[in-house]
Amino acid sequence: MTAKDTHRDSPFPHRHLLGIEGLHPHEILGLLDRAEEAVEISRQVHKRKQVLEGRTQINLFFENSTRTQSSFELAGKRLGADVMNMAVSQSSVKKGETLIDTAATLNAMHPDLLVVRHHAAGAVHLLARKVGCSVVNAGDGPHEHPTQALLDALTIRRHKGKIARLTVAICGDITHSRVARSNIILLNALGARVRVVAPSTLLPSGITKMGVEVFNDMREGLKGADIVMMLRLQRERMSGAFVPSVREYYRYYGLDAEKLSYAKNDALVMHPGPMNRGVEIDASIADGAQSLIREQVEMGVAVRMAVLEALAANLPNN
Amino acid sequence: MALDAPKPLVLSNARVIDPARGLDAPGSIIIADGTIMAAGPEAANQGSPYGAEIVDCKGAIACPGLIDICVSVGEPGAEHRETLASASQAAAAGGITTICTMPDTDPVIDDPALVDFILRRARDTASVNVLPLAALTKGLEGKEMAEIGLLKEAGAVAFTNGHKSVKNAQVMRRMMAYARDFDALVIHHSEDPDLAGGVMNAGLNASWKGLSGVPREAEIIMLERDLRLVGMSKGKYHANLISTSESADVIRTGKKRGLDITAGISINHLTHNENDIGAYRTFFKMSPPLRDEDDRQAMIAAVADGTIDIICSNHDPQDVETKRHPWAEAEDGAIGLETLLAAALRLNHAEQVDLVTLLGAMTCRPADRLGLETGRLAKGAPADITVFDPDRPWVLEKSAIRSRSKNSPFEDARFSGRVLRTVVAGKTVYTYS
Repeated sequence: MTAKDTHRDSPFPHRHLLGIEGLHPHEILGLLDRAEEAVEISRQVHKRKQVLEGRTQINLFFENSTRTQSSFELAGKRLGADVMNMAVSQSSVKKGETLIDTAATLNAMHPDLLVVRHHAAGAVHLLARKVGCSVVNAGDGPHEHPTQALLDALTIRRHKGKIARLTVAICGDITHSRVARSNIILLNALGARVRVVAPSTLLPSGITKMGVEVFNDMREGLKGADIVMMLRLQRERMSGAFVPSVREYYRYYGLDAEKLSYAKNDALVMHPGPMNRGVEIDASIADGAQSLIREQVEMGVAVRMAVLEALAANLPNN
Repeated sequence: MALDAPKPLVLSNARVIDPARGLDAPGSIIIADGTIMAAGPEAANQGSPYGAEIVDCKGAIACPGLIDICVSVGEPGAEHRETLASASQAAAAGGITTICTMPDTDPVIDDPALVDFILRRARDTASVNVLPLAALTKGLEGKEMAEIGLLKEAGAVAFTNGHKSVKNAQVMRRMMAYARDFDALVIHHSEDPDLAGGVMNAGLNASWKGLSGVPREAEIIMLERDLRLVGMSKGKYHANLISTSESADVIRTGKKRGLDITAGISINHLTHNENDIGAYRTFFKMSPPLRDEDDRQAMIAAVADGTIDIICSNHDPQDVETKRHPWAEAEDGAIGLETLLAAALRLNHAEQVDLVTLLGAMTCRPADRLGLETGRLAKGAPADITVFDPDRPWVLEKSAIRSRSKNSPFEDARFSGRVLRTVVAGKTVYTYS
């Protein structure tokens, strides 16, 4: 690993991390450099760094997510924070509590860091305006998922040594994907060439002006790509509303060895998970030599440690 | 040469019309190996291939075989009304060498295996080319997209919701966008089902008859909606059956805006109007309904000026079970394969549409729209040819109808213009006797 630590101590003058949008490239690189250290910590027997000792982190998930929630939980614990998980979908929302009510309740508990996942775009921003602590967006509807884009960038950089001038093809349901939006912004900020590959029904309007090259034909879209980033297709979108059927989607947009052969020989395959094997990705590719999918999970914890640490440095009384 | 290839054929002493190149001149057509070697004046003195059959056309017209873009067949599911075999015999007798079959069968052609079924049945039983149209939405229900990619790979030449419109604009928008990704043509019956409601053209005639009306706006509104969606999706769109003068205006405007659109019409709407319904004769019940004479005249003008690209038979066999009912309860539909050309020639005899334009709307223009190499007398193209005498008089007798169903609005009609010979891939599949 040859990561240059020149950005390690670049300031991160933000109270919240609500999205990749608005971050400067040096701030992104700073987080990635911090995350490199976190990778080392996580690989030790003693996985502790007590920078968040005494701090309270609440993971507030309005939408179920085992992997993101446990990743944030582990990140907080490795930094010494007291971490509490709140799954809201089952309880207070059903009783009619509004997001603002939830914020007031949370304020009374005096958390320092609040990690939020919500099904509605912009909900995390609304909450951030109403609480007294730092907020990390863990995914707000189809809007942004900044830590996913950061972990993807970290994974890519560790394998390719850089982001700039790489060709990254993001394939699948772009319309409904917060992962795609955060990645498009981040990869462009760091100088990558970004492509999107999808049927027109899964591309948002105005996509050609979002800083990407658009392909409807997957083979064309993968030609010469360094990174193939697959997205999950929700099951309810496969039966006729956006895509006629699973078998047709797999035929034209599922990543198999034949389609992957159009990318560069050393192309790497990524997926934010959870995967639908046989829908958007063939099992042999998902578990194959070019796949970085398991490593992405490891980098997820590291990137979240970096984000929590950077935000904690800006907390009052620090 | 394959063992079963037809022997060479020379159609000599013909008036050769090839609308694709605007040709109308005396000449010959030389055919070998099922393809056209030469056609037109340049073929007149070329001799003939060894062992060729030589047919003296005696001045009759030889033109590309007709392509009918909208043909309902009862196979699978209603073979008692029409099979691919009986439809192909009717088509051959009418000078039609290619039929595009509608997917509104039972089951609906919305699965690649069913496209394959049609193609295999056609190969084994049909004497003309059969090109399946596949369903645009699953079960033609207008809700979920059909497998455009897989259906196209299986051999579907275009996609349509049959005689039903896709009412939901969001579904239609997504279908158009998705079809465009596969360069697939969407053929649509544009008629708002709620507004249409009735059973004949809305107006005075319907009011006196005590029948509920289908307003012209039902078609116009849906067509205008569709063209807005074409503009959004940049897809390929064919308005299958237009029937009002304003619809033609909408198409004209859309073409001026640069949309990839074409329009079609059934022969019935060029040759009949609502007055032909007379005493509730259900063979004249169809969708869209027959309109008034002003609309019919406007439609003829739209064919003449090229606004309407394609004329089809909208062949729809119905039997007594579905037709012999009080008007409102009877099914829509009329057969038309055997009479398409003869009826269309009425427009030429009335000096309203020139022959090259008229034949173009049934040969090269549907071929171009579907991306076929037939529909023209080009060297190397499949030898699909129709020979007809434009002036020979005849009367359509019910007993002579080849279709299994006899629901022709032209029963006992007099025509000038008779198909003499129909050739498919160099093989003569029909001769008049």
